[in-house]
Amino acid sequence: MRLRIWLFVVVGLVATSCSGDDASEVHVLRLATTTSTNDSGLLDSILPAFEEEFDTRVDVVAVGTGQAIELGQAGDADVILVHARAREDAFVAEGHGTERSDVMFNDFIVVGPTDDPAGIARLSLATDGFRSIAGAEATFASRGDDSGTHSKEMALWAETGITPDPNSGWYKSLGQGMGETLNFANESAAYTLTDRGTFLSQSERLPALAVMIGGASIDQNVDPALLNPYGVIPVNPDKGGINVDGAAEFVAWITSVDTQEAIGAFGVDAFGQPLFYPDSEAWRSR
Amino acid sequence: METLARGFGEAVQLLLEFEPALLEIVGLTLQVTLIALAIALVLGIPIGAALGLARRIPGRSVLVPLIYTGMGLPPVVVGLFTYLLLSNQGPMGSLEWLFTPSGMIVAQTIIALPLVVGLTMAAVQAVDPDLPVQMRALGATRRQIALTTLVESRIGVTAAVVAAYGSIISEVGAVMLVGGNIEGETRVLTTAIVLETRKGNFALALALGIILLALAFITNFVFYRLQLRQGGP
Repeated sequence: MRLRIWLFVVVGLVATSCSGDDASEVHVLRLATTTSTNDSGLLDSILPAFEEEFDTRVDVVAVGTGQAIELGQAGDADVILVHARAREDAFVAEGHGTERSDVMFNDFIVVGPTDDPAGIARLSLATDGFRSIAGAEATFASRGDDSGTHSKEMALWAETGITPDPNSGWYKSLGQGMGETLNFANESAAYTLTDRGTFLSQSERLPALAVMIGGASIDQNVDPALLNPYGVIPVNPDKGGINVDGAAEFVAWITSVDTQEAIGAFGVDAFGQPLFYPDSEAWRSR
Repeated sequence: METLARGFGEAVQLLLEFEPALLEIVGLTLQVTLIALAIALVLGIPIGAALGLARRIPGRSVLVPLIYTGMGLPPVVVGLFTYLLLSNQGPMGSLEWLFTPSGMIVAQTIIALPLVVGLTMAAVQAVDPDLPVQMRALGATRRQIALTTLVESRIGVTAAVVAAYGSIISEVGAVMLVGGNIEGETRVLTTAIVLETRKGNFALALALGIILLALAFITNFVFYRLQLRQGGP
């Protein structure tokens, strides 16, 4: 008898959890994005306004840029918000997405151990810093995970003409997220390339690390190669099962002047500077 | 469906190619898990046997539930604990074992040990309680009694070995945190699977998963052969 009651409860739970989507009238938008927009708290801060205005629930899947793009290619997301310009353009060119729009940017910085064994703190270009690090064979922690940050790191190495070898001892390819890589650098006295937002939000727990290249804020970053633009792309409706209207509404909303203002204001209270800078077409021509 | 088929294809291809990077990952996986298992067995089987035989030791009513809880330790919590232990600011920081295979072995030993102790204890308890009594009457020493009881309970003890090995070869939480998933240094099969999934290389990730399962099967097959040779079913 007791068993039967339990069975009833279990079946009931399964049934209600399955029918959840059908029962409610709320539209769902699947957003695949990078960990930086989610972990920094930006999406939690701005998305409620969208959800209310368009009566849509946004399901955020925060993963590496590589996986976010793959989710779009498989039609498992309606819209993607990522930062890896070359791969975004390829995504559109291959017909997986309809059109890319500028959203915002922040910047990358090179951080390293405070005693700076490779002597790069006086340099202003990341490529010069990378050359010194390789020359000194100082420990360097790479994300190694195909993320937007990793793509940028590889582009910088390519520019120096050096191909770092993960088996060389000083170049550590972690294959982990930004937070974990910063923890590793802090523990192992390593240099690493990071987006400024993630470093700022965690710097209290990283006493062994300091900014080496990129300055204290984005205004002091003189290396144009360290700019980090984010783009939004609706997934091609041909994939089937795509929330086409929702994706279009989302693109129009996130590039609108009001939302752009909210993006620029985010983080100012907590860190004394924005974590993301608005950069949509509507914002630039306002 | 297409990804699944591609995953199986890539698994076969990877195995046939004997790629050095893959062999290194498989080698490190075996090295870390087998050393951790060996340490857990050397420590855990005597403790489990002692607990199974000595049924009236003080504090048993707390100790046994504690071990049972340990059998379900979340690997990520063990990883976090080991990380803090081995970190620069931690009590064992001077060892410099964080982000090394040694650190990974420490974490996996902590995961495997309660499983070995708990299941050995249960296996020993399942032996006819008259056996130790009769042996004592015949003048056997404690050591002889313990050894004979262990031999009698060998099937249960083999189950302890298999369960402990299964839990550490498949866990990712502890080795990721403590090892750091460094290419060529601390990357094992499970952390490589997480990485390839995150990169969106689903077929390669699946191929690595298939290799992991094959490895677990081969190891268990060896354990089972050993059990057969000892006269188990």
